[in-house]
Amino acid sequence: MRILEVNDLTVYYGVIRALKGISFHVEEGEIVALIGANGAGKTTTLHTVSGLIPMTSGSISFDGKDLTKVQGHRLAGLGMAHVPEGRRVFSDMTVLQNLKLGAYSRKNKAETAETLEMVYTRFPRLKERRNQVAGTLSGGEQQMLAIGRALMSRPRLVLMDEPSMGLSPIFVNEIFDIIGTMKADGVTVLLVEQNAKKALSVADRAYILETGSIALSGDAKELMDNEQIRKAYLGE
Amino acid sequence: MSFLNYLINGLSLGSVYAIIALGYTMVYGIAKMLNFAHGDIIMVGSYIVYSAMSMAGMHPAIAILIAMVGCMVLGVVTERVAYRPLRGASSSLAVLITAIGVSYLLQNIALLVFGADTKAFTSVINWKGITLFDGELQIRGTTIITIAVGLLVLFGLQAFIHRTKSGQAMLAVAQDRGAATLCGIDVNKTIAITFAIGSSLAAVAGVLFCSTYPTITPYIGSMPGIKAFVAAVFGGIGSIPGAMIGGLTLGVIEILSRTYISSQLSEAIVFAILIVVLLVKPTGLLGKRVMEKV
Repeated sequence: MRILEVNDLTVYYGVIRALKGISFHVEEGEIVALIGANGAGKTTTLHTVSGLIPMTSGSISFDGKDLTKVQGHRLAGLGMAHVPEGRRVFSDMTVLQNLKLGAYSRKNKAETAETLEMVYTRFPRLKERRNQVAGTLSGGEQQMLAIGRALMSRPRLVLMDEPSMGLSPIFVNEIFDIIGTMKADGVTVLLVEQNAKKALSVADRAYILETGSIALSGDAKELMDNEQIRKAYLGE
Repeated sequence: MSFLNYLINGLSLGSVYAIIALGYTMVYGIAKMLNFAHGDIIMVGSYIVYSAMSMAGMHPAIAILIAMVGCMVLGVVTERVAYRPLRGASSSLAVLITAIGVSYLLQNIALLVFGADTKAFTSVINWKGITLFDGELQIRGTTIITIAVGLLVLFGLQAFIHRTKSGQAMLAVAQDRGAATLCGIDVNKTIAITFAIGSSLAAVAGVLFCSTYPTITPYIGSMPGIKAFVAAVFGGIGSIPGAMIGGLTLGVIEILSRTYISSQLSEAIVFAILIVVLLVKPTGLLGKRVMEKV
């Protein structure tokens, strides 16, 4: 079943056409990677799907529901979460307060408490630091918090924007392990990454974005073997 | 003993400034705008209480309640009609100038409805107050109640922000609107709630102010409004405890300098101290340094 379907999506930033009619989809249970250089339109794509920036034309549907007229803040309640670029945790608030805000769209307190335990089991370090102010965490810990906050809404689809950016190699591996376990738990992931090698190794399928258009798409393993891709994105 | 008396009067005036400053600082922190019409909400609240009591003969408690609800509605409506459409505007000056326009609009509406003449405000507080040290220290009921209400508002607001979901949403919107939206928080609704709280507090401040200085004109809101703005900047704009400390400090400085230095210079002294504080600590007493994202 297609959980996310994007058709002929065009987005303008002022007079600049950032996305030139892209189409892609994500099947339930998949990890799909969007790969591309800086300025290719990866973050723009995620922000448009999340309703943070308006689309000019095209359509986005989530779980069979047309998102054209849905306000951004309603998506969390519908089952879509977004781990933004640069983590954007609420740095003056504690880890626990951040996590609770992730569950803002949920009404059932008992279920939220259960999800919190689940997140703590997955990220024991967040449990240890639950009363610490988020701004004092390391970059890797903040990334875990951002992922944990997204998981607090019990999402079916998680959009992840450059989760490995600015992290040490150890944390990069840890973050990709986490993405792998999310899939095992039945969460669908749409992943935007500059680290193409890592992204392709964890993804099922991938789309290559070049200056606002999709240049190539296909099975992640096949793309990894593609000569062009190896040269342009894997630095070989 | 007279020093103590002046100090207490200063704290009372300061409490009024603090309650107004809370509205300024909340709106600034959450909606990222300076609502220069905030002072005029005080004036509207005072006229509502005046009309309800002197003209309709209502009980003070009911009059205050009506004023709070009236100002709440006024705050939410001005935000919706005048400020929200400009939120995406390229320059933040647009909304600032609009706020100044709203300020004059409210003053002129009051002028049209109530006229330019000064109205006598009947104090809502009938308590004579207490006498201590064999009559050497007399504290008026109005003074005591003003200070008590100030503290009540501060603690109530802190509890609301730290204990409730809406309060946490306010903090989240203040820090990062985009991330708040991704968490499912309706930014527009949160800003509307902020205006509702700030404006109803302005009504309370108006009643307390007019109970101490019992006259109303269409312009009474502007000076306390400006001073409360100074108090908010002084304490660190965006900080709730900062607004409280800033307000109280300002009130005490104003009364003491009026008594011991010069009644003409007291306002100049208040602003001179603000300048000195900002030179030494540009973010105000409790303000945080905002780091620009590179």
